[in-house]
Amino acid sequence: MNKAAGKKRFRLSYEQKNALRGYTFILPWLIGFLVFYIGCLVQLGQFSLLDIKIDAGTGVRQDIFVKFQNYIDAFTSHASFKQTLTSSIINMMIDLPMIIFFSLFVALLLNRKFKGRAVVRAIFFLPIILSSSAVGDAINRATQLMATGVASSTSEIAEAGSVSVSYYIQLFGDLALPESVLGYVVDAVNRIASIIKSSGVQIILFIAALQSIPGSLYEVAKIEGATGYETLWKVTIPMVMPHIITNTIYTVVDKFTTSDIVSLAADTYQKYNYGLSAVFSITSTLATCIILALIVYLLNKRTFYYN
Amino acid sequence: MLSSRKISASLQGFRSSALYNDRKSKVFNSAKGFLLGLFRAVIIIGISYVILAPVIGIISNSFFSTQDSINPMVFTIPISPTLDRYAMAIKYMDYLPILGRTLLYTCGVTLLQLLICSMAGYGFARYNFPLKKLWFACIVVMIVVPLQTIQFPLYMTFRYFGIGSHVTNLHKTAWPTFILTAFGCGLKSGLYIYIFTQFFRGLPKEIEEAALVDGANSWYTYFRIMMPNASPAIITVAVFSIVWQYNDAFFANTFNMPSTLLITRKLDTLINVIANAERINSLRELQLYFDAGVVLVLIPVVAIYIILQRRFIEGVERSGIVG
Repeated sequence: MNKAAGKKRFRLSYEQKNALRGYTFILPWLIGFLVFYIGCLVQLGQFSLLDIKIDAGTGVRQDIFVKFQNYIDAFTSHASFKQTLTSSIINMMIDLPMIIFFSLFVALLLNRKFKGRAVVRAIFFLPIILSSSAVGDAINRATQLMATGVASSTSEIAEAGSVSVSYYIQLFGDLALPESVLGYVVDAVNRIASIIKSSGVQIILFIAALQSIPGSLYEVAKIEGATGYETLWKVTIPMVMPHIITNTIYTVVDKFTTSDIVSLAADTYQKYNYGLSAVFSITSTLATCIILALIVYLLNKRTFYYN
Repeated sequence: MLSSRKISASLQGFRSSALYNDRKSKVFNSAKGFLLGLFRAVIIIGISYVILAPVIGIISNSFFSTQDSINPMVFTIPISPTLDRYAMAIKYMDYLPILGRTLLYTCGVTLLQLLICSMAGYGFARYNFPLKKLWFACIVVMIVVPLQTIQFPLYMTFRYFGIGSHVTNLHKTAWPTFILTAFGCGLKSGLYIYIFTQFFRGLPKEIEEAALVDGANSWYTYFRIMMPNASPAIITVAVFSIVWQYNDAFFANTFNMPSTLLITRKLDTLINVIANAERINSLRELQLYFDAGVVLVLIPVVAIYIILQRRFIEGVERSGIVG
């Protein structure tokens, strides 16, 4: 039945055969993972310790071992690395809760039955197409350059919004709200367009999560006389908590791949600073992973698993 | 757990359903329902506008004639619409041949993704083998540590691709993408493997046991029994893969893929090409040509999305993507 098993003289047990079959199924991925993924990660570590020079004419590579010089350079003498890294991470941290709340909110809205739901859903998932890479970049450039049309009117609205926002800061400043909280809200208002654009996949995930909640739980809540508000907090939110973790991971990774620090690393190696670029990639990825691990750990402690 | 609260809540429910309160609560409820509906409509329309505004702007601009673009009275709806922008954009982007090549490339990569990722997902979902937990953890690592991190080593790997002295430069071709995808390291492959694993885990085992008893081998079971049952997961992954691959800038930039292969690369150079060939200086007018180009590039993905969107959303709901 199985080729690898048939060649051998001795008979394999059922478990052994199954293990072999399992490996044949994952084999392509396994080879690729070990050769390309792990291989490239190891190379990245090597590159970060080297000063690489490639002769433009002949293409001959020359490696000089420089120990941790690239790391020292990145953190002490590079003009924009530290700043870009911190601003990328801060942006990520500001956007993350907004995206999670917004997409959960929209998923709750879209999960109800109403007229034209199909059309609205199609519109809400459009950003998955529009905001990703190539065409998204082109559209961003277009909206920046555009002098006439709807886009200019939206930017006018945004300007008007930011004016009134500073007015509200003054207004609520007397309420003795901490300035950081106010600043966060103001910032979030300014980011609303980008938050909407980057929460397409998260909305899909939350809708799928909401659909998977057994209807019997809602029936029980209704019979016990819970209000809609109570049902939301006692049934819906606990049931989607595990998916909040999934969405957090997705959002952080997505934000990281489109962040400035990744493009800084790409720019750096295109300017032939190979070692430095490797350092940028390593440090930013490590920082993101640590933050992600912390968030997932904290969320996981508060998560209730139904099954 | 919360028995006192439950009792008070149920008492409240009883009170509100009492006879003397009936008419009052009816009026109150219908008013509340109306307000909630209004609130929902306002929010949905508002968010839809934010999403659609740039798209509407680009589409309407692409029909503007030169007079319209300088006339400050014209807003969104052109007075003298023209198709010139499209004619030029099609001509200078070499639209149909390059679009054909792009679609061929995208669909090829997508088919490979579907095959490799579903195989890996099936292996993880249905077979027990040593180190399985470790390898599955590696899938999660692939999702968390994106390809962007290893961009430069990837660049070098395919700049000097081969073993020993047999080294070739695979840049400026589609080979790196196909090789990486065929070995499960394509764009977001980790995510797709994860989706397939979760989906296959959710399917009942009895079907395969029946197939095994009837004498089907594992490949036959996989191709003829599991794959036809996996259509929700297949649609989900196919839509993600087509859309993301078509729009991809990462592989295109890393491997410096030529603009004769990818229409999105052609779009980047469109403004310069038209400016040189037609001797147009006005940035505002060039922008109109660019808008037409954007619309042309977006048409295929939006068409695919509209055709598949209903099954796609249903697929996401049923494919156990949320696991």
